Amino acid sequence: MGLVQSYRMRLKRKRAKVRAWRKHFSLRSVCDRTNKIKSGDILLFSTFRDEYVRLPYFMEYYRNLGVSHFIMVDNDSQDGGREYLAEQPDVSLWTTKASYKNARFGVDWLNWLQAKYADGHWILVVDPDEFFVYPFCDTRPIRALTDWLDVSHLRSFGAMLLDMYPKGRMDAVHYRPGQNPIEIASWFDPGNYVIQKNHAFGNLWIQGGPRARVFFADKPKKAPALNKVPLVKWDRRYAFVSSTHMLLPRGLNQTYDTLGGEKASGVLLHAKFLDTFANKAEEELERKQHYAASVEYQSYYDNLHDNPDLWCKWSEKYINWRQLEILGLMSKGNWA
Amino acid sequence: MLVHTAFDRAEQVARHWAAAGCPLVIHADKSVPRDAFNAFTKALSDLPDVRYSKRHRCEWGTWGLVAATQGAADLMLDEFPDVRHVYLASGSCLPLRPVQELKDYLADRPNTDFIESATTADVPWTVGGLDHERFTLRFPFSWRKNRFLFDRYVALQRRIGYKRHIPNGIVPHMGSQWWCLTRQTLSAILSDPDRDIYDRYFKHVWIPDESYFQTLARQYSRQIESRSLTLSKFDYQGKPHIFYDDHLQLLRRSDCFVARKIWPFANRLYDAFLTDGAGAMKRTEPNPGKIDRIFSKAVERRTRGRPGLYMQSRFPVEGRENGLTCSQYSVFEGFSDLFENFEPWLARVTGTRVHGHLFAPDRAEFADGQTVVNGALSDSAALRDYNPRGFLTSLIWNTRGERQCFQVGPRDTIKKIEWDIAKDPNAQISVISGAWAVPLFKSNRNFAEIRQEAALLQQAESKHLEVLRSQWAKARIRIWTMADFIEAPMEPLQTIIDEIGQQNMRGIAEVPKMAELTGFGQFLQNLKNQGMHPYLMGDFPVAHGPHEPQNNKPKPYLVK
Repeated sequence: MGLVQSYRMRLKRKRAKVRAWRKHFSLRSVCDRTNKIKSGDILLFSTFRDEYVRLPYFMEYYRNLGVSHFIMVDNDSQDGGREYLAEQPDVSLWTTKASYKNARFGVDWLNWLQAKYADGHWILVVDPDEFFVYPFCDTRPIRALTDWLDVSHLRSFGAMLLDMYPKGRMDAVHYRPGQNPIEIASWFDPGNYVIQKNHAFGNLWIQGGPRARVFFADKPKKAPALNKVPLVKWDRRYAFVSSTHMLLPRGLNQTYDTLGGEKASGVLLHAKFLDTFANKAEEELERKQHYAASVEYQSYYDNLHDNPDLWCKWSEKYINWRQLEILGLMSKGNWA
Repeated sequence: MLVHTAFDRAEQVARHWAAAGCPLVIHADKSVPRDAFNAFTKALSDLPDVRYSKRHRCEWGTWGLVAATQGAADLMLDEFPDVRHVYLASGSCLPLRPVQELKDYLADRPNTDFIESATTADVPWTVGGLDHERFTLRFPFSWRKNRFLFDRYVALQRRIGYKRHIPNGIVPHMGSQWWCLTRQTLSAILSDPDRDIYDRYFKHVWIPDESYFQTLARQYSRQIESRSLTLSKFDYQGKPHIFYDDHLQLLRRSDCFVARKIWPFANRLYDAFLTDGAGAMKRTEPNPGKIDRIFSKAVERRTRGRPGLYMQSRFPVEGRENGLTCSQYSVFEGFSDLFENFEPWLARVTGTRVHGHLFAPDRAEFADGQTVVNGALSDSAALRDYNPRGFLTSLIWNTRGERQCFQVGPRDTIKKIEWDIAKDPNAQISVISGAWAVPLFKSNRNFAEIRQEAALLQQAESKHLEVLRSQWAKARIRIWTMADFIEAPMEPLQTIIDEIGQQNMRGIAEVPKMAELTGFGQFLQNLKNQGMHPYLMGDFPVAHGPHEPQNNKPKPYLVK
């Protein structure tokens, strides 16, 4: 990596910080309990819009993993989700009516809040439909993982997005608030992922899964990226660049080994495909607030009307993290 | 006991030792804030036999740790004249067996020093590539904080050939820093008239806490058991593995006296081992075998990984894959052109999974016409050609345990994958060159078209054969011209199938049906007459020769 390129990356990072500063004016605090944050706490950051139905289980799941404080940004929800979160004792909530797209899909808002509240903390950045799974997550709290990362001098931890889907039509089973969505969307594609290296940022670009198989079989390059780095020991100089797919400085994207070994990694179970999805696709298509003018949602929408069944004979039913590790979707690395 | 964090746990463990009647000397790192230290000493103030030694700064790999241990050991020997064995432990050590058992064990071996101590030539754990040089170079820079200067300075000393003198001809030994020494040995080390010389020397050795006592114990000990009574495992970077709640059963079965290091929040472990009902542990020799296996597997996974797997945290650069794919597979070129029922025949004879042309232009022809196979791998040509290497490695990974065979021909889109296959030692590639002409020969098309296509296919195949014949090809590759092959088709087939080596050891009971080739020689001649020169299939006589293949030939020579 040449000096010029390094400097260009530095400018990119600075620009991201400036953007975050500019966009933070649109944030309005709903309830600020950040004075409760203690040193060493693990913080969760998330943005949401009209996800009330998902929030109860989301909160329960991450509280059980040992997240101490939730810092959330509401993008103009109309379904009561904001009011629900404002009542939670471990949530600090901001709201905004500004454009999700103009804030680079929420990254700018979160970058600002992270710089302000997360310096020196381990943070987890996830969407309300993403559930973080890591090695030994059934027996060890997330603090065990971050302590181990600290001793190992690692600053970031990768977790690939794994799209979960139900067997049969997506709208066949109704999702109730508080229910574990993986009970309904319990299937995934075990082995059709392809990887390329992004040389500019040093991260891996992973595509594949049911979305590539069904929605993007004829235009694979457009298939959504699945690589994510959701867990980072934050420093206020860091910045997410594109969702949680990549960060700056680039060293944080090095969550993989290049000499044949395996680093430890996790998975984000992505419970997007529930009965709520068809409505969402329609709405998102109208708002055009998602990546590449919602080309993704256009694809879903076109296909969903014909045959909304992502399940195939070779789909795998989710059991636990050990299954994912055996399949080679995640790894314990040298954590034993 | 050396402590530097997690004082609540250290206090718990200290009480456990004290309750069993063991006097304690505690050393707290100098970097511990005064308040925390005072709170800690206050919490333990009800215990009579606890002393605190002079505090040193204990940075990893430096002399401070040894100085702290010396100070604490001196204090121990002075203050508690009844002590016979001194056990060096840390705040994150956890006694696994009742302390009384340890006392009995030591009482049975009154003159034995338990200290892991091996010469540098005999130990595999040398992180950073420094073994004997630990003792002959100087290390003024911190490895953790100043790696660059550390490395430069080592390189400089190596270049100018600098070597420190080792005093009194002692032989450097290394081993785990957690030992249990007898009063005799320990006091001999601490009151040695040459101690100043040794201390001055070891102050500049790298990681002296793993060599100071280990070396000097050899000078005085009457009986050394070269092992540590503390179960402590290290990963490939030399940092200790940590034990969690889910290791409870493993630790119980280890029969070790003390384990390190324990995660401070592993409540179940602390509850289970410190509430002394754990007399359940048998009175046996320590046997950490199971734990060893788990941790050595972890190191193996971190350094070598699973060959043939490409995933979010394993993406080796070219040459470091440990094998492009995870298991063996077979590639057949020209066979399905020459034999009418080759694929079902091969599947029957070998019991493997036989696909058609996986890299066909319109779709991946999976076995049995499936559109999706193991791993939910799609037959879409676009998805496959987007990353053909990913497609192939995924297929082989997803079907591990079942050998895969597939067809390749000059009509396929293999430009982006042919080098990968040719260089993959797991690939068995068998080629009948020129067999692509058979379907043309059978087709009912205009001869001009046939001629044109034959020229294209021949060009494609000949380029492909260059790849297979290159010096970088590592696959097991066999190439026959079609003419050679049909001379005696069963012999090569038998060889290939033996190499696949599945159940069939009885020889081939059934022969694949070869295409009817009457008139093929004339067909090739016609191509020649049109100015196209088909050469990849070898020499075919224009007229029927005696070597024309026969379908109903009796079973050939059998290989037992």
